[in-house]
Amino acid sequence: MAKRIDVKDLNIYYGDFLAVAEVGMAVEPRSVTAFIGPSGCGKSTFLRTLNRMHEVIPGARVEGTVAMDGVDLYGDGVDPVAVRRNVGMVFQRPNPFPTMSIAENVLAGVRLNNRKISKGDANDLVESALQGANLWKEVKDRLARPGSSLSGGQQQRLCIARAIAVKPQVLLMDEPCSALDPISTLAIEDLIAELKNDYTIVIVTHNMQQAARVSDRTAFFNIAGTGMPGRLIEVGPTGTMFSAPTQRATEDYISGRFG
Amino acid sequence: MTTLTPGAAPVAPDPSDQTRAMLAGSDRRRRVTDRVATGLVVTAFLIALVPLVSVSWTVVSNGFERLSPYFLSVSMRGVFGGMDAGGIYHAIVGTLLITTVAALISVPIGLLAAIYLVEYGRGRLARWVTFFVDVMTGIPSIVAGLFAYAFFAVLFGPGVRFGVVGSVALSVLMIPVVVRSCEEMLRLVPNELREAAYALGVPKWLVVIKVVLRTAVAGLGTGIMLAVARVIGETAPLLITVGVIDSINFNVFEGRMMSLPVYVYRQYSQGLVPCAPGAADCIATINYDRAWAAALTLIIIVMLLNLVGRLITRFFAPKTLR
Repeated sequence: MAKRIDVKDLNIYYGDFLAVAEVGMAVEPRSVTAFIGPSGCGKSTFLRTLNRMHEVIPGARVEGTVAMDGVDLYGDGVDPVAVRRNVGMVFQRPNPFPTMSIAENVLAGVRLNNRKISKGDANDLVESALQGANLWKEVKDRLARPGSSLSGGQQQRLCIARAIAVKPQVLLMDEPCSALDPISTLAIEDLIAELKNDYTIVIVTHNMQQAARVSDRTAFFNIAGTGMPGRLIEVGPTGTMFSAPTQRATEDYISGRFG
Repeated sequence: MTTLTPGAAPVAPDPSDQTRAMLAGSDRRRRVTDRVATGLVVTAFLIALVPLVSVSWTVVSNGFERLSPYFLSVSMRGVFGGMDAGGIYHAIVGTLLITTVAALISVPIGLLAAIYLVEYGRGRLARWVTFFVDVMTGIPSIVAGLFAYAFFAVLFGPGVRFGVVGSVALSVLMIPVVVRSCEEMLRLVPNELREAAYALGVPKWLVVIKVVLRTAVAGLGTGIMLAVARVIGETAPLLITVGVIDSINFNVFEGRMMSLPVYVYRQYSQGLVPCAPGAADCIATINYDRAWAAALTLIIIVMLLNLVGRLITRFFAPKTLR
């Protein structure tokens, strides 16, 4: 249930504006890849191209290839809806559906797609997804309560449960802890460590300690100045990136000299 | 900063006194401004209340006496002169039927247009739609009536009058209100919810139906209720398109119908009844009494609609902590 992603010569545009230029990297299966870099350098934009979520924004387009096990996600006959079913996403701010209960939120991927599911299967799916998100013990007695009744950290784990309930190949996380307190952050980081046994995970983070703690590989993005495109500066095993980066900019950023 | 007493000057100033002086902030000007502004706001509010209270009081005090189960359950058929008889059943039926049909026409068109504007519309077409909706908002109701009459006169010949013509006239007035209010409500749905659904691999049309509309349904209900309230009291277009009649007509596709606003207008315009001296069973002011009672009924119907709207809102509102 985990796939690798190879990105080659990727340029991302908003209209005529080149936002991210010439990205080429591989995302290894069953591992955590972290994207770090200063604000506005295109980490999130690049992350969103991995499941074609950036296309929600009018005018956004890409050049180059993003291949999952050799199949270009932007090739002919590829349906963005099917891509998103296989590449799940967790957002910066927890966004459970306010009209749905906790259980309904977990089942959202099934129910919103009008797919029929038997009550037994639904209950099993809710339990396994919530177990997978380390939330089952906390909410099993109040599954019918609204999702918004949970704390911020619990809501974010609910969103992770909702994402893994559709059984994606890859899970993208866009700064999943930036709106959470340290204890909730720790819970999510523990969860990421468990999830990488089953999923390919890509996480954008502003917190370099977090990248060092959770990721196997780290990619550093940077931007030369406003109006310039963001670029991938360096990608490698997290240990190497933090101890012996090959690029000067990476070293400066990691050691806190800018950004 | 002038609260330090002269006697305290020779002694070393106590730091807490200084702090107190710093924090006291005896700014007279600001306090006066605050009073004046508060006074103005309250006065404006009271002035705004005057017509509301006055209208309510006038309608209730003039209309309450005549309002009775009998009045609500009979038509004006065979009623003449100063007879202590007649009611508004036919007008209630007409108002409810015509308005319902108008809502059936306007709500799908208005809601779909709002969905187009918020979820799909880009560029020139969306701008034109917005522009024409704004223009439609300003159409005088009599013009809407003439439009509907002229339209049906082309199809059925001159002199055509039946319920649906009135419903079409009301729709012309109602659609822009529905579009505007639904558009506002749909824009209030956080983009994060749409993205959350897209990220689960949900196609756009299902995101619109199951997330956007579902989340906004309470607001949409309120908006539609307001649009109904806007047109239910229309008189002029119905006078042209549906006409006037004294008997009950349930068929919106054939024959004239009465409606409450037109009933009020007609009764009031008939004025005082010249009662023969000593005539039993003749009330000189009967037409005025009926007009006020019908007006009161109309207000009650609008209030009931609002109440229903609120219940719908409460029932469908996003579940929050209670």
